Amino acid sequence: MMSGPGSGEAWAIEALGITKSFSRRPVLRNLHLKVAEGSFLTIFGANGSGKTTLIKLLSTIARPETGSIVIAGMDTRENATQVRRHLGVILHQTLLYDDLTVQENLRFYGRMFDVPRLEERIAFVAHRGGLNSRLLHPVRTLSRGLQQRAAICRALLHDPAILLLDEPETGLDRHASLAFWNTLASLKEEGKTIVMTTHNMEWGLNLGDQVAILAEGRIAYQEDKATLSRATFDGIYHRYTEVSP
Amino acid sequence: MLVFALLVIVIFNFAFDVRGEAVALVAPGVLWVTLTFAGVLGFNRAFVLEKDRGCLEGLMLCPIDRGTIYWGKMAASLTFMLVVEAIVLPLFSIFFNLPLFMPSLLLIAFISTVGFAAVGTLFSAIAVHTRAREIMLPLLFFPVVVPVVIAAVEGTGMVLAVAPWASLVPWLQLVVAFDIIFLAVSWLLFEYVLEE
Amino acid sequence: MAEGAGWGQKILGRPLLIFSFGAMLVTLYLVFLWVPTERFQGIVQRIFYFHVPPAWVAFLAFFIVFVGSILYLWRGEGRWDDLAYSSAELGVVFTTVTLITGSLWGKPIWGVWWTWDPRLTATAILWLIYIAYLMIRAYVAEESRGARFAAVVGIVGFIDVPIVYLSIRWWRTLHPAPVVLTSEEGLPPAMLLTLIVSLVTFTALFIHLLFQRLSLRQMVAEVERLKEAQKEET
Repeated sequence: MMSGPGSGEAWAIEALGITKSFSRRPVLRNLHLKVAEGSFLTIFGANGSGKTTLIKLLSTIARPETGSIVIAGMDTRENATQVRRHLGVILHQTLLYDDLTVQENLRFYGRMFDVPRLEERIAFVAHRGGLNSRLLHPVRTLSRGLQQRAAICRALLHDPAILLLDEPETGLDRHASLAFWNTLASLKEEGKTIVMTTHNMEWGLNLGDQVAILAEGRIAYQEDKATLSRATFDGIYHRYTEVSP
Repeated sequence: MLVFALLVIVIFNFAFDVRGEAVALVAPGVLWVTLTFAGVLGFNRAFVLEKDRGCLEGLMLCPIDRGTIYWGKMAASLTFMLVVEAIVLPLFSIFFNLPLFMPSLLLIAFISTVGFAAVGTLFSAIAVHTRAREIMLPLLFFPVVVPVVIAAVEGTGMVLAVAPWASLVPWLQLVVAFDIIFLAVSWLLFEYVLEE
Repeated sequence: MAEGAGWGQKILGRPLLIFSFGAMLVTLYLVFLWVPTERFQGIVQRIFYFHVPPAWVAFLAFFIVFVGSILYLWRGEGRWDDLAYSSAELGVVFTTVTLITGSLWGKPIWGVWWTWDPRLTATAILWLIYIAYLMIRAYVAEESRGARFAAVVGIVGFIDVPIVYLSIRWWRTLHPAPVVLTSEEGLPPAMLLTLIVSLVTFTALFIHLLFQRLSLRQMVAEVERLKEAQKEET
């Protein structure tokens, strides 16, 4: 069922028995999730199924009530600050200061992460994200697509081994969306471990090595894409996403 | 914040008709009410920038403790308030013809401002997540900083009345104790304020 | 305070109610019929027996808020928040009673309803802090976040109160002090007994009300839970 890491491989993310509730309403109930190093996992789920909560827990922004999360071999409870060095995170919002330029934002976050040779690194990620010409523009003047690129640059600045993305396709037009797809594909090529939540079947099924469905507060389904036909998955997807409220 | 502070001074001037002998009695109160109000205004803005685009979460993703975010924000608010004071104090001494540039007075101003910033930063992080945050912050902030306001007003009054240093010391100790206690408590509690 | 209060409620609920009721009758008898009238203040002094006990209870209540808040932040269990919140509500009620009875007494004795005496002023500030404690939840969209914010206020507020009191006392002693009742020590035995009985009564009443409030809160939570469950079924 789940592909374990072969010899010499390891789990990049291990979440065991995670519970989290908001206002005493359980969102995640005893959730288990393992992601092998270097794999790309996409997580589907209905609105309100807890996808964002899961990403926030994995990214150490929120803390689980019960259970443990081990990332890159470190417990997030004990080593949160170290864990964060290995994580690149993209949430719904850009996490960038609107009034600062792209460059100022990257410099600020770069310093927070002690990125060595920061200016070179900024030039590198900006070039890669196609933002060279926009470095000196304030973030608020950029289009949603470009802002998203800047957000990716921010997330990649400290060269994290693991990327967590929460519905990154939201609000992107076709063109921006395609560019973002390519970026993700090349990051996957580089061997980054990627966890992405999404509503977009196309994206999820094409990019992911593994697909999972979050329903009723747990990972209701997780499977290697290689062993999966589209038709079967459609059936499973609809069964799970229509049950949840 | 600065313009606001000046406006408050002008309004107080009308409200109390501050002239002659009364100046030394009323001025400390006017000064500290002005600075407290201006402070609240500044603290209200302290986390608004972060709230906008999820930058608070951006900071939480950085490899630093939550407590460090508190110190950073506290230092920023403190600096901001000190800058405003650096402008308001000279103007105040011109408007009311008072000698405000005495070391003891600057010391009082500094430690009181630290107290404001210690509590203000914590409550500002709370208020930014509430509806009607402009109301919520003063509601939380004013009752708690009462000791600092009293000490600052009393201390300023004593300095203006050229009271002996010894009578000033208890007030200074009170404010320093307040600063230490609430810097520590806020630093410890800050984590729970940020948590989601 | 899911199980704990349920237990306390089951075992202590009825006896506490009966005890509070009986003790209140005894207190009323003692205060109005038995205890001798104070020589200088006259009949008004009797309000003292309904002024000091609520003040004590309010302090106890806020201490429980403080402890409950710390435990809530530390353990993250909703029952500690329930305890703190219920206690804060009662604390505000008893502080209000204290302020009102104090005013009623102050008018004939001091000649004014209100004076900026240290204790009075500190009590008023205390009242404001816990009003803010109760308000903060209403202004936060997400309940558990509101509870955490309230807990922070509950902790900061409680630590602040002694400092507030100290600062106001210094402030007042440096200015001409108002007429303050100073003969609190050396209370005659009859008066002391009445005061103690009244203290016990009010404390029992407080604990009874706290249990009531807690179980009410649980019921609300239970109803919410059932509603959720039903929504999920349909």
